Amino acid sequence: MEEILIELHVRKTIHTTNVDEILDINIKIPKYGFVTFFGKSGVGKTTLLKIIAGLTKPDSGYIKVGNEIWFDSTKKINIKPQQRNIGFVFQDYALFPNMTVKEHLLYAQPQKETKYVSELLDVFHLKGLCQRKPDKLSGGQQQRLAVARALARKPQILLLDEPLSALDSETRQLLQYEIIQAHKNFHATTLLVSHDVNEVFKLSDFVYVIENGKIQKQGNPDDVFNSTRLTTNIQLEGQILNIEKNVLIVSINNTVTEIITTEEEISNLKVNDKILITVKATNPVIRKLTDIEISKVTYFPM
Amino acid sequence: MTPRVPSTRETRIPGQVPGNLPSTSSPAPLLLKEKGPGVEVIKLKTMDAFFFQTFWISIKLASLTTIVLFCVGIPIAYFLTYSSFRLKIILQALVSMPLVLPPSVLGFYLLIAFSPNYWFGNFLDQYFDIRLAFSFTGILIGSIIFNLPFMVNSIQNGFSNLPVSLKDASYTLGKSRLTTVFRVLLPNMKPALLTGVCLTFAHTIGEFGVILMIGGNIPGKTRVAALAVYDEVQALNFDTANKYAVFLFLFSFVVLLFIYSVNREYLKWKKF
Repeated sequence: MEEILIELHVRKTIHTTNVDEILDINIKIPKYGFVTFFGKSGVGKTTLLKIIAGLTKPDSGYIKVGNEIWFDSTKKINIKPQQRNIGFVFQDYALFPNMTVKEHLLYAQPQKETKYVSELLDVFHLKGLCQRKPDKLSGGQQQRLAVARALARKPQILLLDEPLSALDSETRQLLQYEIIQAHKNFHATTLLVSHDVNEVFKLSDFVYVIENGKIQKQGNPDDVFNSTRLTTNIQLEGQILNIEKNVLIVSINNTVTEIITTEEEISNLKVNDKILITVKATNPVIRKLTDIEISKVTYFPM
Repeated sequence: MTPRVPSTRETRIPGQVPGNLPSTSSPAPLLLKEKGPGVEVIKLKTMDAFFFQTFWISIKLASLTTIVLFCVGIPIAYFLTYSSFRLKIILQALVSMPLVLPPSVLGFYLLIAFSPNYWFGNFLDQYFDIRLAFSFTGILIGSIIFNLPFMVNSIQNGFSNLPVSLKDASYTLGKSRLTTVFRVLLPNMKPALLTGVCLTFAHTIGEFGVILMIGGNIPGKTRVAALAVYDEVQALNFDTANKYAVFLFLFSFVVLLFIYSVNREYLKWKKF
């Protein structure tokens, strides 16, 4: 059995535009693990990270990290974020416009360790940029700086709040690799918030799927996504443009397709209905895409 | 010979005893009618001396007001921006009061407070031997209170325009509130600080009502440039009034031009 680092059971009411939702999370995270919180936006994934960081106070519950209690509503314990040994990478990076790359890392350290700073600069390919301020960095470089800054404190826990969502897919893939490296090299237990299945598969060894404020599924990414995503059927979402007797004219991924079926089957459908089309994935025609065709495929995050 | 002529005017301030006024008062040289080269030269010199003295008092008052308010304004603005204290709205209203309150009202109450006939003034008089009415310290205090919104609101805007994540990021790096304010927040809101400083300074230069009420328009002591304009007009010295007025006009214009150009530069820089 792995050593448990974080034990947490918290409840927090989240005020959204439509309804107030109750976030109720009860989890145990192993030491040195890479865990992802997966779910649609607005389900409280970021709130959960902020609760762990001490930036948001839960309504009730407890957070135990190692032997320390960070939060306990019954004992009225709530340790300040400053005293929680964490590194937080914000979705907007939250870089300080007044500081250069190097100043960021030095600021983040409790004691100045120039050797560790230059190690971080090396690992995150920021050495040549160390006198630049954030406005002179590209998106990818800003993101690397944000991770490097979070690690400069040598945190026990690294919290990543959708760190790659603002980047194009190429940079994203590059940085996914760097995050894995960072996780391995710096031995921080890492908690990632993501809504991108690819990212979850590549990065994490455990995933919690959050829906309606609760953990709906948990396990390693293969197990969690197998049941819903690995099937022998191909599922396509489409919208009916027109119906002619037993022929459906459907728009699938912006391609207009003619589907021949029986009148019975489509008797309860009408124009503009959204439909799910399931096709058996046996013996389909497969061809490799040319580079030009690939460049036309737009990346749709979930 | 002396070109100084006792003042023919008295500023009408409630409770003010004319005898309190120093006898050196008056920009009187302009009242001289005699012709002669000697008189002319002295007249000019004295006029300039008065002119600079008055502006010097204005600038001294504005500088001190700005320095004090800069130090006081940062903690107040910080509290107003970040505190979750429910009654802070009352403090917010009090800070902004001078924007809508007639200066004469504020001046009146300060005058009452400073007067030895009432408990506060009496207390200062008895225990500290301080009389604030008709003194430079008196108008300085009045001017600090009166300019509070100009400093506090500017800095408060600066704080609230910063992304919250900057503060959060600094906290998660283990930095205290104080370190966060001085190393992260303030350095990233320089235009707001500059706006606060310039507005406060410029507005103090232009202050009239409060200073007239509690300062009593004493030359060399509490007469500032803005009062001098009024005073000279009352004495029908339109030339001198105009001299003060032109200076004040240009000064205000330049200060605002400066603020807007700096902020525009900053906005260009901020887009990343």
